Amino acid sequence: MINLTNDKKPVLSKKIDKFFLGLYNAFSFVKRFFKEVWFPPYEFREIMRQCYEIGYRSLPLISLTGFIIGVVFTNQSRPSLAEFGATSWLPALISIAIVRAMGPLVTALIAAGKVGSSIGAEIASMKVTEQIDAMEVSAINPFKYLVITRVLATTLMIPVLVMYTDFVALMGAFVNVNQNELVSLSTFFVQVFEAISFLDIFSSIIKSFVFGFTIGIVGCYKGYTSNKGTEGVGQAANSSVVMSMFLIFIEELLALQIVNAIRYA
Amino acid sequence: MPKQSSEAVIEIRGLYKSFDENHVLRGVDLDLYKGENLVVLGRSGTGKSVLIKILVGLLTQDEGTIKIFGKSTAGLSLKELNALRLRIGFSFQASALYDSMTVRENLEFPLVRNVKNLTRKEIDMRVEDLLDSVGLSKTINQMPSELSGGQKKRIGIARTLILNPEIMLYDEPTAGLDPITCIDINNLINEVQQRYQTTSIVITHDLTCAKQTGDRMAVLIEGKFKAVGGFEEVFHNAEDQNIQSFYDYNFIN
Ligand SMILES: Nc1ncnc2c1ncn2[C@@H]1O[C@H](COP(=O)(O)OP(=O)(O)O)[C@@H](O)[C@H]1O
Ligand SMILES: [Mg+2]
Repeated sequence: MINLTNDKKPVLSKKIDKFFLGLYNAFSFVKRFFKEVWFPPYEFREIMRQCYEIGYRSLPLISLTGFIIGVVFTNQSRPSLAEFGATSWLPALISIAIVRAMGPLVTALIAAGKVGSSIGAEIASMKVTEQIDAMEVSAINPFKYLVITRVLATTLMIPVLVMYTDFVALMGAFVNVNQNELVSLSTFFVQVFEAISFLDIFSSIIKSFVFGFTIGIVGCYKGYTSNKGTEGVGQAANSSVVMSMFLIFIEELLALQIVNAIRYA
Repeated sequence: MPKQSSEAVIEIRGLYKSFDENHVLRGVDLDLYKGENLVVLGRSGTGKSVLIKILVGLLTQDEGTIKIFGKSTAGLSLKELNALRLRIGFSFQASALYDSMTVRENLEFPLVRNVKNLTRKEIDMRVEDLLDSVGLSKTINQMPSELSGGQKKRIGIARTLILNPEIMLYDEPTAGLDPITCIDINNLINEVQQRYQTTSIVITHDLTCAKQTGDRMAVLIEGKFKAVGGFEEVFHNAEDQNIQSFYDYNFIN
């Protein structure tokens, strides 16, 4: 961690310094993760506990949101397709929208809000109450125990949650399609799977890993580098949500470019 | 009570530490002798915590040398630093118990990570033994949030003792506690000294605590130790206005 303070510099220049300093520190944090993740101790128990916490914390909200999105999106798309007499394309259209974009995005945004904020707040409060120092003085590496476990847990769990969201959203879509077009469950899913390719599923999973990593590392970074003091805890929670949501959208855009380049190559 | 040996386990020479323009430590010299309880007194914000955090490598000094167990702490690798940290117990001002873990897990946490190949039975025995020695066996399955301030302090002390440290650093062990609990903690500090043969630094701004636990006193004023010696020696012929007012403040209130 580098800290610069030079009172004689103009405000703008200080702000620019601060920005690059923040970037440098964040980069070092990520680098440290990749340097330390390979070596023991691995803290499997803590990783499992975190995975459970992540699933447990976000499942209710994800189930509800996923289902509603499936219903609403289907319902809103119907009129446009009906104009061309193409409502039979609904399952295919929805399947593509959900698997390619909405499933991963919705899951990641919800997890950023529920999981990212709680990681940020938890680690920041451990810092304020000197629990991190307490680990350090008993020769335990707090980065390993706190950061690596949480980042691995979010990285592993978000793809699982994404598959679950995809499924729930498709069920929501099915309920709506079934009511209006009287399509059976098997016909619906045949059409759903015909519409998506291996590339869609594969890229969606890879993207989900990246989203998961982002949520974990941002939450941990904000918590770990929070300013001492109780208001630092709230700030860490808040800024980890803002930061990870921002990064998730950027990553989504990048992923779109990359997948399209592959798809139309 | 003083039972000094002349063997210094910690030798501090010319220690300086600043945070930006805030010059906290300005030339600290101190020797800690084997077996003694040294009380460090000083008003809040004088750098008492900073001093002991430098000793365990949580902060680094700007200038000055520290020898612990006769070895300089300059340029230690992380591995060497960790080996040294295992011989030093640090009791935090706010206890710093891990709040997501039970009392049992708090005590096990440093033990299982630093002592390899212990059986479940050995771990349990060690944990129960230490809880017993701080008089809190019944709290073993409780969460830190369920404990009182005094209980937290004791558990914190038990957690640092679990690795058999040779030096104990207590950061304001009686701060924020009622007078009766303070006396209990002071007794505990003295028991630890006797039972585990530790050498200790006790930071406090409470003169009752100082008198009960200290073999020697050292008063930190403006970044330096101004007076070092027995309680009477330091306070009864204090020429320094700061030390005198410190004494007056404690005993008039
Ligand atoms: N990590 C830190 N960064 C900046 N300033 C600090 C830090 N730790 C302590 N200080 C400052 O050093 C001074 C001494 O602090 P401390 O040692 O905690 O006092 P006390 O004697 O009450 O324990 C205070 O002014 C505090 O603000
Ligand atoms: Mg202090």
